[in-house]
Amino acid sequence: MPAADAVFLARAQFAFTVGFHIVLPAFTIGLASYLAVLEAVWLATARQVYSDVFQYWLRVFAVVFGMGVVSGLVMSYEFGTNWARFADKTGPILGPLLGYEVMTAFFLEAGFLGIMLFGRERVGRLVHFAATMLVAIGTLISAFWILAANSWMQTPQGYSLTEDGRFLPADWWQVIFNPSFPYRLVHMVIASYLTVAFVVGAVGAYHLRRDAQNQAARLMFSMAMWMAVVVAPIQLLVGDQHGLNTLQHQPAKIAALEGDWESEPGTPLILFGMPNMEQERTDWAVAIPHLGALVLTHTWDGSIKGLKEFPPEDRPYSPVVFWAFRIMVGLGLLMAVVGVWAAWLRVRGRLYASPWLRRTVLAMAPSGFVALLAGWTVTEVGRQPFTVYGLLRTADSASPIGAPGVGASLTGFVVAYAIVFGAGLLFVLRLLRRPPLAGEGGPERGVPVRSAGITPAPALQDSP
Amino acid sequence: MLPVIWAGLIAFAILAYVLLDGFDLGVGILFAAERREEDRDVMVNTVAPVWDGNETWLILGGGGLFAVFPLAYAVIMPALYPAVIAMLLALVFRGVGFEFRFRAATPHGRAWWSLAFQGGSTVAAFSQGLVLGGLLQGIRVQDRAYAGGWWDWLTGFTVLCGIAVVVGYALQGACWLIWRCEGPLQQRAGQYARGLAVAMLALIVIVSLWTPMLNPAFGARWFGWPGILLTSPVPILVALVAWLFWHGLTRRHEYTPLFCAQAWFVLCYAGLGISLWPRMVPPDITIWDAAAPPASQAFLLVGAVILIPIILAYTGYAYWVFRGKVGPGMHYH
Repeated sequence: MPAADAVFLARAQFAFTVGFHIVLPAFTIGLASYLAVLEAVWLATARQVYSDVFQYWLRVFAVVFGMGVVSGLVMSYEFGTNWARFADKTGPILGPLLGYEVMTAFFLEAGFLGIMLFGRERVGRLVHFAATMLVAIGTLISAFWILAANSWMQTPQGYSLTEDGRFLPADWWQVIFNPSFPYRLVHMVIASYLTVAFVVGAVGAYHLRRDAQNQAARLMFSMAMWMAVVVAPIQLLVGDQHGLNTLQHQPAKIAALEGDWESEPGTPLILFGMPNMEQERTDWAVAIPHLGALVLTHTWDGSIKGLKEFPPEDRPYSPVVFWAFRIMVGLGLLMAVVGVWAAWLRVRGRLYASPWLRRTVLAMAPSGFVALLAGWTVTEVGRQPFTVYGLLRTADSASPIGAPGVGASLTGFVVAYAIVFGAGLLFVLRLLRRPPLAGEGGPERGVPVRSAGITPAPALQDSP
Repeated sequence: MLPVIWAGLIAFAILAYVLLDGFDLGVGILFAAERREEDRDVMVNTVAPVWDGNETWLILGGGGLFAVFPLAYAVIMPALYPAVIAMLLALVFRGVGFEFRFRAATPHGRAWWSLAFQGGSTVAAFSQGLVLGGLLQGIRVQDRAYAGGWWDWLTGFTVLCGIAVVVGYALQGACWLIWRCEGPLQQRAGQYARGLAVAMLALIVIVSLWTPMLNPAFGARWFGWPGILLTSPVPILVALVAWLFWHGLTRRHEYTPLFCAQAWFVLCYAGLGISLWPRMVPPDITIWDAAAPPASQAFLLVGAVILIPIILAYTGYAYWVFRGKVGPGMHYH
């Protein structure tokens, strides 16, 4: 068995590489759908501004997608390099899920990405739109499989265990549609949409500050604020349902994120405090009596299992989970408030005129990413000390690689990612600093295309 | 039977990767010879629309191994840890190089990302050769886990394999450029292809003579009866392809050189399969030892049978859309 510090370094490496990775596909899931909507509206209405905004964000998409691909490739091999015993034990179940992700999603995205990015002059309009749609659908299919795999690690079912501790599939339907999967999938996809909404909104706000009449910037800002008012409240509801599901299947995670140690009736809701793992209490707690019971059990005198109900070696590290949860929920509430505020201003016809709304939305540009990473911290740290919840301990999952090896590769990833993603962020910011212009890129309407691929029907090129 | 089918499918995925990303990486390796950024732009633009799909075959190879031969995956990755990590890091730099080269604001920044693209391509190719050599050499396994040291894999043989893959990919890259470029760049690619083909043939001979010495079973397979019936056509075909290659190159055929370079890879790959069969991780783990339970293999096979033909079809369509010569005037970016 590898030493504890090697396991810690392997965890640090996974947290680091997946933390960098996850924000990129989350962003491309949302952005691909946004691009598909923009192109659809452009095809339907022939309004140039939709094409402008599409072209503007397509350049960003190209940079971000490339970074997502390379950081994802790392993840697909990291199960083997650092978590070989996990791979050997869970491969029969998780492997096919990831295999389906590659075959149904990655190839689809990669195959049509080239046409989406570079093919506007080479294929007809509808074929190009189809490519954009397929890339967007591919990102959603990818989310489906990877979240099925992740959720199975949280709420495993549909398996049988061999004597040497390997998981064998018994019922694939149960494996894929495990209890936490539907909640996690919806929660994550909505999170991606909100993340993109606040980035797009912030970019719109930034350019509106300089030119309040920029049509493309107004469109971005308006669409983002529609998204915020409609989707942020839905996300709060979905999050609540996800929490109830977690209470049912992973009670220790809920106790850790609430900072609850006792199991008395009428659980309070601890707003702030600092869970103390040694003393088994939450220091400096500011609590509202009975509210925890109302939220989690929907009764006045209900109770949940406190952390003391779980043996110390089975408890997730509460301080991290507790604070990550508050960051996520706080930002989610803020997004909903901004959405309502923007809707109210819109009704009064002052959506683009309020400098305070613009400043707030600009400041909230990274809010989606922060909330997303906080949410992942809650669910993944909350799963500890297990990789497969309740069944396979993290300490029994690592590769037989010593601390020097894992430490060296971790250093390599930190240095490489700092360079690559630092530069990537810089390039994206540089693209976004440039205001969106009328007639942004792309061929003019009605101009014959050079080559129409294998669908040369001339009617396609001239129809809207 | 399922493990045999899956061994074939994984082998197909890895072969597809080697043939498709082989020329992508080769184009990057050839940055060493092509110093002008304008020429480099053309070279990158020949592969920019398709490289992502090409690299996905590597994810299918790795992900597929995890799914259907988890033991092999769990043993090979730790055993070749430094080489695998080096490959992943190199592919990170190579992959972002495509976009970042065009996004850099200054000539200096552009040169840096060109270097990242070139270095990433070269190191990735070299590491893949190391992994191949390390696997052929054999891996020490105990209790379903790698039981060797850090640097067991690092030998003269693995380094030779690394060099062979770099040369082979560079050859593929040069031949790809012959097909997709015109003018002086195409001519220079022809010159590179000539030299690289000589080096490649020499390396094929050396690696082929060395491999049977690694493991007595390989030698028996190649030179014993009845194995020799299967093995003797391989060198004959290599020679035949060499003739076709020179014929095509001197007559300035556009795609014969690429076809021949890839045929060499297919033949070497077949030779590799002949040596290894039925082992997955030599010396001891066979494809049946490494196989996931039938329920896993069958579940994924259903998808593979339906999806891989569809993938091949739309990949072919993407190549078709971007067919034709790529010149300096074409701005994908």
